[in-house]
Amino acid sequence: MRGFDETLLDEADETVRVRFVVNGRKVACEVAPRETLVDCLRDKLELTGTHAGCEMGACGACLVQVDGRAVHSCLMFAVQADGARIDTIEGLTDSGAIADLQAEFHRRNALQCGFCTPSMLINAYELLSQVAQPSREQIRDALSGNYCRCTGYEAIVDAIDAVAKARSAGGAR
Amino acid sequence: MTAPLTSLDRPNSYIGRSLPRPNAKRLLAGRGRYVSDLRLPRMLYAAFLRSPHAHAKIVSIRTDEARALEGVHLVATGADLAKICTPWTGTLDHFKGMTSAPQLPLPLDRVVWAGQAVVAVVAENRATAEDALELIEVDYEDLPIVVDIDVAREAGGPLVNPGTASNICFRSQIDSGKVDDAFAHAAHVVEEEITFGRHTAVTLEPRAIVADYDPAAGMLTVHHGTQTPYQFQDLYSRHYGIPEARVRVIATDIGGSFGMKLHVYHEDMAVVGLSILLGRPVKYVADRIESFVSDIHARDHRVRARMALDAKGEILAMDVLDLTAIGAFSTYPRTSVVEGNQVIRLIGAPYRFRNYRATLEVIFQNKVQTSQYRAVGHPIACAVTERMVDMAAVKLGLDPFAIRAQNVIPDDAYPQTSPTGYRFEALSHQACLKRLHELMNYEGLRAEQAELRKRGIYRGIGIATFVEITNPSPAFYGVGGARISSQDGAIVSLTPSGEVRCLISVTEQGQGTEAIISQIVADQLGLAQEHVKVITGDTEVTPHGGATWACRGAGIGGETALQAARALKRNILEIAALILQEQPSALDIVDGDVVDAGTRNQRMPIAEIARIAYFRSDTLPPGTQAQLTVSHHFAPQGYPFAFTNGVQGCSLEVDVDTGLIKLLKHFIVEDCGRVINPMLVDEQLRGGIVQGLGAALLEECRYSETGQLVNGSLADYLVPMPMEMPDIVIAHVETPTADTELGAKGVGEAGTAAASACVLNAVNDALAPFGAAVNSIPITPTKVLKALKRF
Repeated sequence: MRGFDETLLDEADETVRVRFVVNGRKVACEVAPRETLVDCLRDKLELTGTHAGCEMGACGACLVQVDGRAVHSCLMFAVQADGARIDTIEGLTDSGAIADLQAEFHRRNALQCGFCTPSMLINAYELLSQVAQPSREQIRDALSGNYCRCTGYEAIVDAIDAVAKARSAGGAR
Repeated sequence: MTAPLTSLDRPNSYIGRSLPRPNAKRLLAGRGRYVSDLRLPRMLYAAFLRSPHAHAKIVSIRTDEARALEGVHLVATGADLAKICTPWTGTLDHFKGMTSAPQLPLPLDRVVWAGQAVVAVVAENRATAEDALELIEVDYEDLPIVVDIDVAREAGGPLVNPGTASNICFRSQIDSGKVDDAFAHAAHVVEEEITFGRHTAVTLEPRAIVADYDPAAGMLTVHHGTQTPYQFQDLYSRHYGIPEARVRVIATDIGGSFGMKLHVYHEDMAVVGLSILLGRPVKYVADRIESFVSDIHARDHRVRARMALDAKGEILAMDVLDLTAIGAFSTYPRTSVVEGNQVIRLIGAPYRFRNYRATLEVIFQNKVQTSQYRAVGHPIACAVTERMVDMAAVKLGLDPFAIRAQNVIPDDAYPQTSPTGYRFEALSHQACLKRLHELMNYEGLRAEQAELRKRGIYRGIGIATFVEITNPSPAFYGVGGARISSQDGAIVSLTPSGEVRCLISVTEQGQGTEAIISQIVADQLGLAQEHVKVITGDTEVTPHGGATWACRGAGIGGETALQAARALKRNILEIAALILQEQPSALDIVDGDVVDAGTRNQRMPIAEIARIAYFRSDTLPPGTQAQLTVSHHFAPQGYPFAFTNGVQGCSLEVDVDTGLIKLLKHFIVEDCGRVINPMLVDEQLRGGIVQGLGAALLEECRYSETGQLVNGSLADYLVPMPMEMPDIVIAHVETPTADTELGAKGVGEAGTAAASACVLNAVNDALAPFGAAVNSIPITPTKVLKALKRF
């Protein structure tokens, strides 16, 4: 019987064990050092609600929350997120944290193809956690790292504006 | 007294109602199923080595090292795939005299644009496949390149296809009426040359495909992010010699398309071949850089136009020359000449004049292929026409609204045939102009503009009328020999539990196809919308049809669903009549119940009819065979196209020191016939307008002298962002087409059709005090400053 030939392995095969708390659960996985967080989330953890749109931090389709802040998961290596708390659209949906935003986006049809939508919601969630009643201009400014090719943005701005007003009217959440 | 009841007050009246899309909740929860998300057992990943040269001979390809890399399953060149795939040629018979070189998935001996895929690697994962690309060596020998439209037209200049006589793909001419006479006797002539840069679709999800060939079954399944699964079923079948019934194309959620994902791409054809060679699923998702150098581009036109008018401002004639530079070949199967063809046929379309001459020249060059992208040809035709009209208005001292009102085809003068041969059933330019005038508070905007000018603030107001082609008949592609259907099919069933399932050939890309089809079916059958399940995008499941392009989903797909639902209703009522001992005509269906047609008294739920028909057919009269599944096809007849129309307006501010343009507000009055879901129609208009505004101000694929795309990334290529875009005010005029029961026409391209024309006119209006003008789209700050002689 032939032994395993170590020389067949090269650097590309080397992996690193990383641990995160993803959507409230502890997760460990083996990743290559060059693997980005977005690829790790999508491929290893099958969290396909996070999307890769440009892989250079321009379009915003890959936004997730890392330790409570919206981060481009395409600009971060998975190993850099070792030990972090990561929340994706799947977790934020399950927890109900963005239920009012999702309902308002739905009611106003503030999405078409839906590819940018999870990260729009994550961006909106962060905005409203920092500014309770943003002006339309502030909303447009905050969303300017998120490209949407379908809607023309107005319905998205309307939806976020409506949720901000409803949240303020309904008291602190 | 209460308001009179409208059709919307009756139960299950969904046509005309703003309702959210049932299928959007999945997308909001991150539960979309895009092709880029798909992972199949034993799936492998493809990557492509691309040409760094715009035009070069392939001298040799060395792949030994790549093949030897651990995890690599296949390295394939053009020769490998040519053994199993027949070539394709992007010409259509009705474009007389057009020419294009045959294409293969990967080239055999010559590359014709920078970014063209040359070698494919299939490996365990994408990263390994890309590692292997680095180990491939290709020797190229440079060939003369053609990247400039004037060089391309020079006699004796370099040729895109050596051995051919010229770089001309197609020429077409229209000469209608007495153009020379009209110009000879005109009181006024205006003339301009306007250029339109190349731009591209930039769908947020790039092109994605998973091909899965099962050699044991002889069956090819392709999960394909496309608008047109049936077209690709046909193409994969014919080019790979697999019987059509053994080719299945599934188009699930798709992250934007806008026309871009209905063309044949070399990589996609290659991936099918790679799966056949390996007998395993192969996935390819373009990355963003690859998208820029391989997705179709659009526009790239230079139009010289003249317009003749009489002393009162009556348009007498137009004479245009459209030069458009495509790629190194014509795109398959829809060609790269449709845009130019539509430009010359749509110019002047809103207006009454009868003398029209146009020449189109479509020219090859060493850049990525161009083809149909949202509003094909319309933005160019509209901008040329509307700029001419505004120039004429200035010359004659007429207001832009006045000159248009004077020259549009009157609303009561239909039907009409344009000098280019388009037949208009009924349009509403006058009504739309009048409505826009009020909507945008035109007088108020003008007063404000005059006031601000005194303070050195330069605002511009632009308007643009347009005509849009929707609901195409076989005159579009079928007559040219393309196997692209203009009909659609639907299969509507009453399920055993009394719900309704509709399988339909029109597809969903987020515009709301499934939503409006469920509205139409529920409305026509008489049940709640949530009890209608619509299924699209799977050639093994849904009937063959044209699918979604050229604004045909609502008009043709919707009519198909309407007729299918009516047929199913007849069948349900036939069985109900037997059970209830009534005449079918005495019964109706309301909210899922069979009722007396006159009194609306409930007789029995349709669920009960389904139960009896499916499980207790023994209780029905002998000889009764319940047909609770109806299959129905609808092909448009009557007018070859359902033309729509509208007018857009905008207000913007030009900073004459920086050249920056701030869009303040955009307006549209649009007539797409029967509106099925006003909210979805408005969102189509908004999205379309913003794509047009991107073209107007930001978007351009810029090439170097060596044919390299120099801004092919999302950091360099500008697309509209929220903070730059205005709010958009919308109003409707409804002129239903009489060609269908539904009366709906298309709406997806209307926004894009006129937005850039509107901005061009507004910018020139703002620059008028300086005697400066821009004549090139996109209108960048540099162009503005150059026009102002400040740069």
